Amino acid sequence: MKEIFLWVIFPYITVTIMIFGLLYRFAYRQLTWAAPSTEFFEKKWLRIGSPLFHWGIVLAFIGHIMGMVIPRGFYLWLGIPDWLYHVGAIYGGGIAGLMVVAGLIILFIRKMVIDKVRIHATFADFFTIIALLVVAGMGAYMTIIYNTTVNEYEYRTTIGPWFRSLFYFQPKYELMASVPTLFKVHILAAFALFASIPFTRLVHFYSIPVNYPSRAPQQYRSRAQYQK
Amino acid sequence: MRIKSQVAMVMHLDKCIGCHTCSVTCKNTWTNRPGTEYMWFNNVETRPGTGYPKRWEDREYFKGGWVLKNGKLQLKAGGPISKLMNIFYNPDMANLEDYYEPWTYDYLNLIDSPSVENLPVARPQSMITGEYIDKPEWGPNWDDDLAGGSDVVSQDPTVEKLQEHISMEYEKTFMMYLPRICEHCLNPSCVASCPSGALYKRDEDGIVLVDQEECRGWRFCMSGCPYHKVYYNWNTHKAEKCNFCYPRTEAGLPTICSETCVGRIRYIGVVLYDADKVKAAASVEDPKDLYESQLDVFLDPFDPEVIKEAKKAGINDEWIEGAQNSPVYKMAMKWKIALPLHPEYRTLPMVWYVPPLSPIMNHITNEDELSTDGYIPAVDQMRIPVEYLASILSAGDTGVIRKVLLKLTAMRVHMRGKTVGGVDGFRQSELLKQADTTPEELEDMARLLGVAKYNERFVIPTGRREMDDNLYYAQGACSLEDIAPPEGMVTYPFFGKGE
Ligand code: SF4
Ligand code: SF4
Repeated sequence: MKEIFLWVIFPYITVTIMIFGLLYRFAYRQLTWAAPSTEFFEKKWLRIGSPLFHWGIVLAFIGHIMGMVIPRGFYLWLGIPDWLYHVGAIYGGGIAGLMVVAGLIILFIRKMVIDKVRIHATFADFFTIIALLVVAGMGAYMTIIYNTTVNEYEYRTTIGPWFRSLFYFQPKYELMASVPTLFKVHILAAFALFASIPFTRLVHFYSIPVNYPSRAPQQYRSRAQYQK
Repeated sequence: MRIKSQVAMVMHLDKCIGCHTCSVTCKNTWTNRPGTEYMWFNNVETRPGTGYPKRWEDREYFKGGWVLKNGKLQLKAGGPISKLMNIFYNPDMANLEDYYEPWTYDYLNLIDSPSVENLPVARPQSMITGEYIDKPEWGPNWDDDLAGGSDVVSQDPTVEKLQEHISMEYEKTFMMYLPRICEHCLNPSCVASCPSGALYKRDEDGIVLVDQEECRGWRFCMSGCPYHKVYYNWNTHKAEKCNFCYPRTEAGLPTICSETCVGRIRYIGVVLYDADKVKAAASVEDPKDLYESQLDVFLDPFDPEVIKEAKKAGINDEWIEGAQNSPVYKMAMKWKIALPLHPEYRTLPMVWYVPPLSPIMNHITNEDELSTDGYIPAVDQMRIPVEYLASILSAGDTGVIRKVLLKLTAMRVHMRGKTVGGVDGFRQSELLKQADTTPEELEDMARLLGVAKYNERFVIPTGRREMDDNLYYAQGACSLEDIAPPEGMVTYPFFGKGE
């Protein structure tokens, strides 16, 4: 029962909250939907912290796709043996994890130390940064320390298939039973973080302007109904 | 030909008295909310000076506007790909220090203070942090009227460029006011810099606006605008800019800055232009040719061919008539006395400036017997160096400025001759020839520049509403879109109409 709650109900609930929260905010709170930058107040710390964190997240995102979405069989088919995959994962993931954590720490200190930034930071802003630190901190620890000292955990045979099974609505929760606790906590914390996305500054993740390079540089619009 | 209409402005700098009324009324209308305290959609800067924000003309630093690279027009700060690579930190963006930390005063202390020996004071208090500021060190127009002296003047990027010509010795100092709003450019680099596509140019009147719902706060418009006329609201995390008071212009009224301008320096009118020519006009090789190429995109509103095409493009008679009576068309395109601000930024700005005349440096000794042509050399000895005006208004081409100043001088000489006499042979004079004009044109100019009344200075056709579905409802509703619910009663999604 507990297993079902943790690995079926909880992920679906959090993702549902995320989706409906996003839809609600998109429809009714469009004016609050932005990347709430504080660069206007402070540039020096942000210049280091923000790119470090964000590029780290980009790398980590790619890494998670490589580990969770792409099945182990695919790597074997490509001729990449397990040990090679893990060496890559430890180095790549390790660098990404360190970037994210270091960036977050810089941003966190900045948020507390720089008056102008702190005064305009909301509860949600602090919550986000701490939650990210917790999740990313565990992730970095797992990749860099746990994997190299305790045991090189093969998540591609348990967590990966479970994660994919969520998408086709036949969650293989039984696979999660054998997963080390640290990994479990990381996953649950991450899903909790997903649920908070619509209510925090993290929404800007969903407005990455990917179509900017392909659109016309100059935009013309007519006022409603002008060209009827 | 792709005809579009554009509402544009001319400012006649001779008449600006630097009173800042325009800035204050604009602020009271648009930017008196939290997050907007530092925004001056309209500001008036003293030149030479650093301007607002500090050193905005330093393009090597802020990287605004366009450049020509290998014959191709490009954003100076880099195109979309490089923008996306820098999206986590915009290296070119101005921040609060480049503007100033807005403050108010603790007025309450004057009222609440218990009886004390020394007079209670209202201490300055930051509007960003709420903390007291012991000593404000920079603010809007801190260097008004050359108040910063040579320390500030030497930081003017234009002065830096022209160092050898410009002197701050007391007898040689010069000064002028430069009121600035968003230029509502034909080739706006703010629009091209916006990753979300939230900025746009309106089809019907060319006003450049930020869609507040689509803006995601990436801030590239701030640094992308070479005039630094897009501001970041730290409270809503969205960009805001001068909107040419569109709710007023749509109703046929001038912008609030123009309406309240004490010197009556501002003129508003419609011009027609060919949108297909814009890109080529902005891409000419030599920056000094940009002024001429910009003039080439405008169309003669009296040309029957243009009128026919305009109608085809959905521009109605009222707007065509507006373009024909437009004071902007007369001053900028016909008489060529109004010049674009920094044409070398290649945005094709739509606020035009009539450069100011200034006192003549060397005393004219024989003023009583001065022949008409004696005024020609005077143009070259004016207190405001022609080079300075040229590097602001004509990409450094002093010939353009000289011609305008000659025309303005000729106008004065002619009008003086007309009213008090003492000017001989004006029609045959070298002055008239060099100024390349006629007495009739000069009289028209004198009327528009000197005595024109409200409805000659502001020729603004109203925004078009005839296609609105429910004009009966729109009657009396707010001109700001969507502030009033569209169909009378508030509707709720899923639950039907709240009737
Ligand atoms: S002056 Fe106005 S229209 Fe031109 S680039 Fe700047 S903000 Fe855009
Ligand atoms: S109100 Fe008119 S005269 Fe006064 S500063 Fe503004 S532009 Fe100049």
